[in-house]
Amino acid sequence: MGIRFILMVNKQGQTRLAQYYEWLTLEERRALEGEIVRKCLARTEQQCSFVEHRNYKIVYRRYASLFFLVGVDNDENELAILEFIHLLVETMDRHFGNVCELDIMFHLEKAHFMLEEMVMNGCVVETSKSNILAPIQLMDKTS
Amino acid sequence: MASPSLMDTLFQRTLDDIIKGLRHQQAGESAFISKVVEEIRREIKSTDLHTKSIALQKLTYLNSIYFIDMSWAAFHAIECISSPNFSHKKVGYLAISMSFNESTSVILLITNQLRKDLKSNNEFEVSLALDCLSRIGTADLCRDLTPEVFTLLSSSKVFVRKKAIGVVLRVFGKYPDAVRVCFKRLVECLDGTDPQIVSAVVGVFCELASKDPRSYLPLAPEFYRILVDSRNNWVLIKVLKIFAKLAPLEPRLAKRVVEPICEHMRRTGAKSLMFECIRTVVTSFTDYESAVKLSVAKIRDFLVDDDPNLKYLGLHALSIIAPNHLWAVLENKEVVIKSLSDDDPNVKLESLRLVVAMVSESNVVEICRVLVNYSLKSDPEFCNEILGSILSKCCQNVYEIIVDFDWYVSLLGEMSRIPHCQKGEEIENQLIDIGMRVKDVRPELVRVGRDLLIDPALLGNSFLHRILSAAAWVCGEYVEFSRKPVELVEALLQPRTSLLPPSIRTVYIQSAFKILIFCLHSYLLQRENIADDMASEMLGLKSQGECSGSSALVAGKAPARQEQDEGFNPRDSNKSYEDLSIINEGDVSALLEKGFTHESIVNLLNLIELALGPLSGSPDVEVQERSKNVLGFVDLIKQEISNGFVSERASKIIDMVHDAFTEELGPVSVNAQEKVPIPDGLMLKESLADLDAICGNVQLPSSISFSMGSPFGESVGASVSIPQSKEESEPSSESTSLLAEHRKRHGLYYLPSEKNETLANDYPPANDPKSSDNTNDDAQDLVKLADKSLLPKRRSNHAKPRPVVVKLDEGDVVPFIAKKSDTRDDLLSDAVRDILLGNVAKTASSQSIISDKSSSKRKGKEKLNVDLPESREILGVEKPDLGNPSSRRSKHRSHGKEKSRKSPEKKNSDEIGDGEKEKQKSRHRHGRHKTKQRAEGPLNVAAQTPVIPDFLL
Repeated sequence: MGIRFILMVNKQGQTRLAQYYEWLTLEERRALEGEIVRKCLARTEQQCSFVEHRNYKIVYRRYASLFFLVGVDNDENELAILEFIHLLVETMDRHFGNVCELDIMFHLEKAHFMLEEMVMNGCVVETSKSNILAPIQLMDKTS
Repeated sequence: MASPSLMDTLFQRTLDDIIKGLRHQQAGESAFISKVVEEIRREIKSTDLHTKSIALQKLTYLNSIYFIDMSWAAFHAIECISSPNFSHKKVGYLAISMSFNESTSVILLITNQLRKDLKSNNEFEVSLALDCLSRIGTADLCRDLTPEVFTLLSSSKVFVRKKAIGVVLRVFGKYPDAVRVCFKRLVECLDGTDPQIVSAVVGVFCELASKDPRSYLPLAPEFYRILVDSRNNWVLIKVLKIFAKLAPLEPRLAKRVVEPICEHMRRTGAKSLMFECIRTVVTSFTDYESAVKLSVAKIRDFLVDDDPNLKYLGLHALSIIAPNHLWAVLENKEVVIKSLSDDDPNVKLESLRLVVAMVSESNVVEICRVLVNYSLKSDPEFCNEILGSILSKCCQNVYEIIVDFDWYVSLLGEMSRIPHCQKGEEIENQLIDIGMRVKDVRPELVRVGRDLLIDPALLGNSFLHRILSAAAWVCGEYVEFSRKPVELVEALLQPRTSLLPPSIRTVYIQSAFKILIFCLHSYLLQRENIADDMASEMLGLKSQGECSGSSALVAGKAPARQEQDEGFNPRDSNKSYEDLSIINEGDVSALLEKGFTHESIVNLLNLIELALGPLSGSPDVEVQERSKNVLGFVDLIKQEISNGFVSERASKIIDMVHDAFTEELGPVSVNAQEKVPIPDGLMLKESLADLDAICGNVQLPSSISFSMGSPFGESVGASVSIPQSKEESEPSSESTSLLAEHRKRHGLYYLPSEKNETLANDYPPANDPKSSDNTNDDAQDLVKLADKSLLPKRRSNHAKPRPVVVKLDEGDVVPFIAKKSDTRDDLLSDAVRDILLGNVAKTASSQSIISDKSSSKRKGKEKLNVDLPESREILGVEKPDLGNPSSRRSKHRSHGKEKSRKSPEKKNSDEIGDGEKEKQKSRHRHGRHKTKQRAEGPLNVAAQTPVIPDFLL
């Protein structure tokens, strides 16, 4: 499994989206998110975007008030994950138009949907923005 | 209940209402949430699917953001996915993927609904079901739905096919037999022209290959084609990952692949792809010099880049390559050393690893000096990283790189005094280990131990307690090298030792006892010598042999000498104290014989009595018992030597105890116990459960050590790798003097030092970080130093030769516990190998294969034996191996060796002639896997050949 989880956390440390590709209990999730938030949010711009945590790595990137954190296996390509995060943000940007924290809060389901189009079983399966958005747009139209 | 349902529907709050509500709650968030959950519990029971789905949607939201339990709503989620309305379905599937797991009891209820949706004409419904399966698929679900997934793998809609490919990974993982059904279709997808499909399928193979690369060697040609043709960086990265796993297994493949990888490195502008190329080369292509050179050049670009990410990755890549190509690190040493003072802890860590990798016998002193200075200025965490890496580097292979042990021991002492030092356990182990292994260093060791013990400030730092325990043990064990044993006793019994945990106090008491015995013994010897002198003076002759042997004579003359003793003493002690200041370390023994007077001995006894008196009532049994023992002994001796007269009985006792303590302790191999034959009649395997019953109502604190015989003990014993029987069979008299050794091997017996509480410390800190120097100076120093000492020149001659380090033939190596892969992986790789290597033709009729799988396997193995000689002849060493994953793995490790041994034979076989052997070779290349396939007969071989085109040759 390449990607283990994807988190979106605002700068106050509140989780805005959490997608796990392996089963964790609520308690495990709470502990994990707490640890990660403590570890990553304190880092400065001058520090690199990779943090070793437990037995895997966290690759993160900050966009405005929102942190995108991706937990990956140790042999995963960090730069590719950064590109993946950027792709995710661009995709949401295209869909919501200037995406912000509120968009993700109010459209959590859609955000999950996009992620499901992009990642399966922790593997990135789709990297084209229009392919990712096609089903969502279709659903928007019909509903 | 129609009316509440209708009310709910009309006035039901939507998810948006909840989110808005939550945003306006400042303080009472949890109260608001519990109110909402209450509502949801009511609404979700509604018969109206719309109401239900909205309730479920809200619950899912709360679950994923606010960690609200939703397992109770599992059945409602299932109801939602069976709705014909797509939006209800969507909500239900999301809820299921978020909340279901192996232990969800109702999970099997969704099998039919999933099957129905997988067969649906609406591709979005199919997609929902596939996504869901990929998240929650269990073995049962995967088994039941394999046929549907198989069908979808050849769906005409790319959208669906892509997702089906994504699901396959989960299905294979949970239900390996699915491989026999789906694998062929998956392989076909590799040939597809659609980039979406290729991208998805390469991702799947990348994951599969990372678990068991060998099985996928036959697919190398497909991957090679993608590597050369594809321009999609995502795909290329995955393919590179696959080759990083495959190349070490097959040298000829590596030879073919290395050039395209270099080509990508030269061509690409994408840093991610570049880094993947670099990583692939430095992990799996380290034998290809030009490729390594190229990647080191690219690493250099990363290192000098302003982007901290690239810098970190550059350092990371260097640390991968360091073991094989240290020159790459040396070439970039300035950057590496400068990074030691980087802002980013990750970068600092990586560069620390690299600096430590550069340490060798010739520069260990200088680099350690600089690193210790760095650690003084670092934050606690990094400080301990530095100390930890110094410690682990220096003790590698039984202190291989240490020449000057006196230096190293004093470095250990110095490290203990670093304020942030938390490496107590490691330093403790090394101090004792060195003491036992290296005889020549013991005087210095005792000096270092003494310096630690007499400093009352150190006792306040709980991290240092374990080091102090080692120091106390060392000083007690090697007290003969001490200049002032009495001072040691004072240090060991100082009032602040009350800050120590009981387990360490016992070591202190025991050491004080050892030193006391030593002092008494020296005193006796001294008296004897004086008696000798007296006797010889009186008799006017020098007959050493006669006098030393006649202890009766000494004892008899003792009272007569009493008055003269008085006359001797002042002179004697004066002389000895003068001597103390100027005397060399070399002739300690000469000094010691003069050091004791009757008065000093009595003082010593009084001191011990005073200090240990209160401890005889200690609540800790060990402390209490030991101090009582010592007190009893002191009492006895005091009576016996009350007025300067040492009775024969006392001297005999002292001699005996002294003899017991002077027994040399050596390092003990971890395997030593296994070599001891088990005495007849000793039942080691017998359960000690009865003992529990007997001791059941006697709750001794020490009962922990007895419970070692229980199953719990067995697991602990395995990790220490000394059979527990040692405890029972060990003679008890030895156990006290083996204390430290014992402590070292069985840390678990001793109470851990309390790390969380810091005791009030009235003393100034042991060591203030020097604030005057700044880090840059150090960096400069280290750069200079590196220039000096990293040059390949060896130091001409060492000041003193390296002392003998006792090594054990075996047992110094920590036993390597082979990691066993779980059976599921084995099943999976077995299945994959079967498909790729033999049963390709049969895959369509999966059922029959599954049923007689075991028999066909056996057949394959039998036939394998027939084929074996032929393949071995040509491949030289490589043996076909099937099935057993552990043997396969061990072969990986020895691959390098095999290669070198193989080379002459290989040349031969190459010369034999390409044309006619080509076909044969293409088979033998994968001889290990293909034996089975060949066993199927020549027909299959022909069918298989196209899979491996010529490029591999």
